[in-house]
Amino acid sequence: MNAVANRNERKDRNVEPVEEQVWFSPEVNIFETPEGYMLEGEMPGVTRDGLEITLEGNTLTIVGHRDEADFGANPVYRESRAGSFRRVFELDPAIDTSKINAKVGQGVLKLHLPKAEKVKPRKIQVTD
Amino acid sequence: MTLTRWQRPQLWDAARHLSSLREEIDRLFESPFSLFENGSQPFSGGWVPAIDLYEDKDNVFVRAEVPGMKNDEIDISLHEGVLTLSGERKLEKEYDKAESHRVERFVGRFQRSITLPHPVDATKVRATYKDGILAVTLPKTEEAKPKQISVSAE
Repeated sequence: MNAVANRNERKDRNVEPVEEQVWFSPEVNIFETPEGYMLEGEMPGVTRDGLEITLEGNTLTIVGHRDEADFGANPVYRESRAGSFRRVFELDPAIDTSKINAKVGQGVLKLHLPKAEKVKPRKIQVTD
Repeated sequence: MTLTRWQRPQLWDAARHLSSLREEIDRLFESPFSLFENGSQPFSGGWVPAIDLYEDKDNVFVRAEVPGMKNDEIDISLHEGVLTLSGERKLEKEYDKAESHRVERFVGRFQRSITLPHPVDATKVRATYKDGILAVTLPKTEEAKPKQISVSAE
């Protein structure tokens, strides 16, 4: 598939075992333009320092660590879950991996994945 | 240069959607409760951010996970001991013309109300929004604070 595809990790057992930790899959939006892809991921509580993005071949792994808020108060009622975020994607080979750019702001990761020059649609001038 | 046969775009789109549907189903089987994670309630059709409530002896704290908002898109109100958090998130315009491969983030309004366990001083409520987490600090009224009662010796 020619896109940024989600990868189901439990299918391929040969992936490195993830240590005993609770991981949550962040919700993402993926948009494609002729220039590239934009991936947005929801990671409330994750700062720039907690973000870990790794690329191995065409496999992109996004990890967002967050620290448990500890302000000395007692939890009375809790819906949020403790733990960090992790999700793995299979990248379109057309992406120029040297130009991937990541930003995080207000708990949203924005990953820009530009396509390599050679695959961008181009108009070819007709010469006389 | 190789020439590839032109495909009807509708068919290609259908195949793509089918394949993403299959992935969703795979995901469902692998973690059947993932749909309910993150405080999102898929069958309610709306955005229900997770809310936490903490307290210490002087304050009640409410935290809500509402990533990707602007300060002025969040409304906080307090009425008769009920704190209401609401807001609206819009899809960014720059992607209007882009092709979407995955749309999992909620767009639209949320509203959550929570009954506070103690009376609070409405004039001293403070709120901050950082890293996508809204944190509201509500100081308890003097009457609501725990008091130490000493036992006097006869």
